[in-house]
Amino acid sequence: MNTEATNLSEKKDFLVRSSSLKDVRSFSREVFEKFNIDENLREELVLAIAEAAQNIVKHAYKDYPDTQDRMAVRISCTDKELEIAFFDKGKPVEESKVKHRAIDDIKPGGLGTFFIQEIMDSIKFKEGDKPWINNLVLTKKL
Amino acid sequence: MKYKVTENENISTVFLDGEIDMDVADNVREVVFPLIDSGKEVHLNLKGVQYMDSSGISVIVESNQRAKEKNTKVELKEVSQPVEKVLAMARKFL
Repeated sequence: MNTEATNLSEKKDFLVRSSSLKDVRSFSREVFEKFNIDENLREELVLAIAEAAQNIVKHAYKDYPDTQDRMAVRISCTDKELEIAFFDKGKPVEESKVKHRAIDDIKPGGLGTFFIQEIMDSIKFKEGDKPWINNLVLTKKL
Repeated sequence: MKYKVTENENISTVFLDGEIDMDVADNVREVVFPLIDSGKEVHLNLKGVQYMDSSGISVIVESNQRAKEKNTKVELKEVSQPVEKVLAMARKFL
């Protein structure tokens, strides 16, 4: 862990698989405990992180279920803000297509994106610096 | 994720335990859907579920839709606090 006066950051990578989601949640819970994030907020944040990771598995790697690629999750924290960044080498995200679905068409991806929007303050898609293709950044004011 | 099924007359109760995410959602469908398809009323006991994401909510929504088609119903029982929080958020969407 890189520790500065008011800036904490941890990063870990995971195989792009649905079976990695449990590990993503465990990592997130451990980091939130280390960062002393409000307990009432932790599980909501874990859900947002897991939904974003799930979207990488489901959408960025939709046609590559057996990929050996890895995705990375970085959780950074200052006194005022939490930033959660995701990095993957999958299909480039078209931001205009990332939205929750119509009410009568409930699917995990659509509802998951809704959850992320409900929990986090901002969602930004960036082009990833090499070797990454996608870089999603979620922030939450503390 | 673990589960147990009990039968009482025309009600099947599925006791789910653990964390329900994308990785295990299909396992839940494989347990619940045949019970619905047999025309039984299905109770999902969620007391032992500590975590549920959008995939788990989708299983519940799909189970309800399937039950309506089969003229039966699905009820949630003993919903744990973590799951209730997620359901509350999902209701804004549903």
